[in-house]
Amino acid sequence: MTYIRPKFRHPDLPKNDLGYTTKEYEGSLSTLCAGCGHDSISASIIEACFELSIPPHRIAKLSGIGCSSKTPTYFLGNSHGFNSVHGRMPSVATGANMANRDLTYIGVSGDGDTASIGMGQFVHVIRRNLNMVYIVMNNGCYGLTKGQDSATADEGSKSKAGSVNPFQPIDLAGLALELGASFVAQSFSGDKEQLIPLIKAAISHQGFAFINVISPCVTFNNNPGSTKSYDYVREHIESTGKTDLVPEKTEILTSYESGTGTDVKMHDGTYIRLEKLAANRNPFDRMGAMNALQAARNRNEILTGLLFVETETENLHHTINSSERPLNSLLQEELCPGSLVLADINDELR
Amino acid sequence: MKPTDTSNPEYFHKVVDCQYACPAHTPVPEYIRLIAAGKYTEAYMVNWESNVFPGILGRTCDRPCEPACRRGRIEEEPVAICRLKRVAADNKDDVKAFMPAIPSQMNGKRVALIGAGPASLTVARDLAPLGYEIHLYDEHEAGGGMMRSQIPSFRLPTEVLNEEVGYILDMGIHTHFKTYVSSLNEILEKGYDAVFVGTGAPRGRNLDLPGREEAGKNVHIGIEWLASVAFEHTHKIGKKVIVLGGGNTAMDCCRTSRRLGGEQVKVVVRSPFSEMKASPWEIEDAMHEDIPILENHVPKSFVVKDGSLKGMFFEKVMVEYDDSGKRKLVPVGEPDVFIEADDVLVAIGQQNSFPWIEKETGVNFDEWGMPFVDRATHQSSNKKVFFGGDSAFGPKNVITAVAHGHQAAISIDLYCQGTALTERPAPFTNLVSKKMGIHEWSYDNDVVNDQRFIVPLAEKKAALSDRKLEVELGFDIATAVKEAHRCLNCDVQTVFEKDKCIECDACVDICPTSCITFTLNGEEEDLRSRLKAPAFNITQDLYVSDTLATKRVMVKDEDVCLHCGLCAERCPTSAWDMQQYLYKVTKACH
Ligand SMILES: Cc1cc2nc3c(=O)[nH]c(=O)nc-3n(C[C@H](O)[C@H](O)[C@H](O)COP(=O)(O)OP(=O)(O)OC[C@H]3O[C@@H](n4cnc5c(N)ncnc54)[C@H](O)[C@@H]3O)c2cc1C
Ligand SMILES: Cc1ncc(C[n+]2csc(CCOP(=O)(O)OP(=O)(O)O)c2C)c(N)n1
Ligand code: SF4
Ligand code: SF4
Ligand code: SF4
Ligand SMILES: [Mg+2]
Repeated sequence: MTYIRPKFRHPDLPKNDLGYTTKEYEGSLSTLCAGCGHDSISASIIEACFELSIPPHRIAKLSGIGCSSKTPTYFLGNSHGFNSVHGRMPSVATGANMANRDLTYIGVSGDGDTASIGMGQFVHVIRRNLNMVYIVMNNGCYGLTKGQDSATADEGSKSKAGSVNPFQPIDLAGLALELGASFVAQSFSGDKEQLIPLIKAAISHQGFAFINVISPCVTFNNNPGSTKSYDYVREHIESTGKTDLVPEKTEILTSYESGTGTDVKMHDGTYIRLEKLAANRNPFDRMGAMNALQAARNRNEILTGLLFVETETENLHHTINSSERPLNSLLQEELCPGSLVLADINDELR
Repeated sequence: MKPTDTSNPEYFHKVVDCQYACPAHTPVPEYIRLIAAGKYTEAYMVNWESNVFPGILGRTCDRPCEPACRRGRIEEEPVAICRLKRVAADNKDDVKAFMPAIPSQMNGKRVALIGAGPASLTVARDLAPLGYEIHLYDEHEAGGGMMRSQIPSFRLPTEVLNEEVGYILDMGIHTHFKTYVSSLNEILEKGYDAVFVGTGAPRGRNLDLPGREEAGKNVHIGIEWLASVAFEHTHKIGKKVIVLGGGNTAMDCCRTSRRLGGEQVKVVVRSPFSEMKASPWEIEDAMHEDIPILENHVPKSFVVKDGSLKGMFFEKVMVEYDDSGKRKLVPVGEPDVFIEADDVLVAIGQQNSFPWIEKETGVNFDEWGMPFVDRATHQSSNKKVFFGGDSAFGPKNVITAVAHGHQAAISIDLYCQGTALTERPAPFTNLVSKKMGIHEWSYDNDVVNDQRFIVPLAEKKAALSDRKLEVELGFDIATAVKEAHRCLNCDVQTVFEKDKCIECDACVDICPTSCITFTLNGEEEDLRSRLKAPAFNITQDLYVSDTLATKRVMVKDEDVCLHCGLCAERCPTSAWDMQQYLYKVTKACH
């Protein structure tokens, strides 16, 4: 087994605005099972950050426990990282984000990490609209502990050992919509053309951005009868239309008729370009998104693409009026304004 | 694009860049691995089978393989393929036992070889083991051709030459040395079943300028002078020497002059330095021996005073391009430059010359005096007479002469057996998986980062005082092993089995050099522009699969594949496998 990736790269690799190639965004060689969907998501995160020319040291990647939560080791090797306990990525992300709003926060979790042990954390981070990207690498099982059914496994889905899941699945995208998430998308690890622009748009979004990515577990959940296998997902996928993130200076589409396209302005000046949006789909319509998701489920289809976005959103920093400057840049007198200020505060409370 | 037909033996052959570029198609990575494993004898024999003179070529080959080497496309320098060959030759055990056996019963056919250079010796090596009676003619007292008469001993020690020429002469070859063949008719009348002409390009070009006649004995034709040094007729030269010409012969002339008493030796070339024909390493070696190279100097005249040569006049020129883009040398307008010289060596080119081949032999020549020779079969317009080496298509090098020899031997064998020369046997190929277990390969798949190692040289003062002292010392074994590890094993092919692929993208994500893309099919030019990394190098093929389940195809750009095997390690279904491809050019005798 090769643990070290050769140092050589293609001599003609494109460079981004910072003069970096994707090499500067890579992590160490993955130790996940060969063919794991999670590796493709890692590759998509690398590509998205490269294309957005984000300086790697301005990114923080956070995760919980699981194969999915191991992946931050395999991308963005020059960024900050925190591997937390099982299901606790949102609290760590919240703490980090509150301390420094200037970094880009990418949280990575699994369906077990999110929909079981971490469910409480998940719903509250949505509720608080923390400015972060939250990616669930959803394989319908606990990959790391050898493939037990997770809470997102579909009812009737068959495991590798032959047992059939008797429980209703938790629809994470639906839940995020219901709880008021300001950006919700769904995708498939095997469709980078769709996934990369979605990750870019999620990073540009200045609020909580959730992407539920179906990501087959080749070892424990890629068998016939599983609804999270490569074959099943490819056969049942349905897209809301192509999404792209275009930089500020690009010519902007204004028309918003079905079958043409539309550009949605993001807070950071970029635009999300939505092409061929299905006739009755409107990305600003939360109810419509919930209906479409439900309707697709009734047809046994998986609806992918950008489901909902609310560009004018107030994230947690705004809500609680937190420090605009990172805490580590505050000086002694700002952190400890002295006994007179303390006395004033105490007076207010009397 | 159509799916790649990997059953065509040339497809995977082309991926092995060095082997493909080698005129004799030596299986380079195979012998490099053997060297890394300390199996020098085996490495030597892999070479010997292909190129007949590993010890000689490991020191003197023109190495067309190295500019082609894949390593040179991913970092600065190619693998030192040539000097590794020498390591095999220097460190091997006695190889006599591995030489082909000569049958006790001959096949009754007799073949004459004219000229004992590498081309003829290769024909002898291929035909003698098949029972042919071989008669080898050469004007000199020993075999080797220009490898003996031209290549100086400080680059190629006589013992190495004698050893490898000896392996062939020991195959029961009838040698007729010191025999200049002055008539092809006479040879044909001796009733040989076939005749091979391997007489090289033996005539050096002269330079007819004012004063040439008067300068007489102090102006020498380079290749004649080198031969006369090699055969110990010439032992010294004047203190001030001008060498005219910018090719490899000029480099050998100037370096030999330095060893025969030349103190101020200058190479003077007409064109810019950058256009010199000599190999970069030969130029480097000459400059290392304190020989300046003057560019843009066109020789005008020889200056002779009191009956002896004083020097030469040169006109300074520069390069200009006319409207049609044609390059011209135009005078810069400065007064002519005088350079002092006691001797001048003229090394401005070699020509073929066949004064000994009569018209009636039916061997026809073109308007430039070159024989009509079939490029593939080497047969001339007289069906019995074959040409190879420098005599066939003009001066090249030893390895090309060897390649010609192998092909001519096949033709002569077919001809003598009454088979059509076009019915040439296919190359031998073999493709075997290198998989040993999960993620375990029977080849060294890790890619080392080392830069090319430098071959140590003999101390300059000692080298310049002894014409026979070999300048290059060769790699020591520890360095050789490190250099060998730089080889990327390009013969271990990435083989794709479309039906096993589940399109998980694992191979795409892991490949360090972004070789693999899954995309919709298209025309080659269009596909090349849509790959994960641009595929600008059109000399390298795209490996395209049949259509997959998602209607896409797998496209692999062979250009900068490291043969690291990571794609095959990551593939969950073994749709990729690493398989070693052995390709051997057909020879009359293996
Ligand atoms: C100075 C110099 C340096 C070179 N250095 C290199 C090098 O480093 N590496 C490299 O690869 N190549 C080198 N070459 C080129 C290389 O030597 C030749 O390309 C190669 O030897 C050609 O082989 P051949 O078999 O065609 O004939 P040759 O080697 O030319 O041999 C032909 C033989 O036939 C003999 N002969 C010719 N006519 C007759 C006749 N009528 N009767 C009898 N005998 C005859 C000649 O005397 C000669 O011995 C060099 C050439 C020169 C001139
Ligand atoms: C507190 C705690 N409980 C249980 C575990 C055991 N455990 C490790 S990973 C895992 C499930 C991971 O599933 P998921 O998040 O879907 O990740 P996957 O491996 O499928 O990517 C569990 C239950 C743990 N590590 N910590
Ligand atoms: S890396 Fe090795 S096998 Fe590949 S071209 Fe160079 S020498 Fe040949
Ligand atoms: S062997 Fe495979 S992974 Fe390695 S460089 Fe070649 S295509 Fe890429
Ligand atoms: S890793 Fe194997 S199965 Fe996956 S896409 Fe590549 S070849 Fe196909
Ligand atoms: Mg999981």
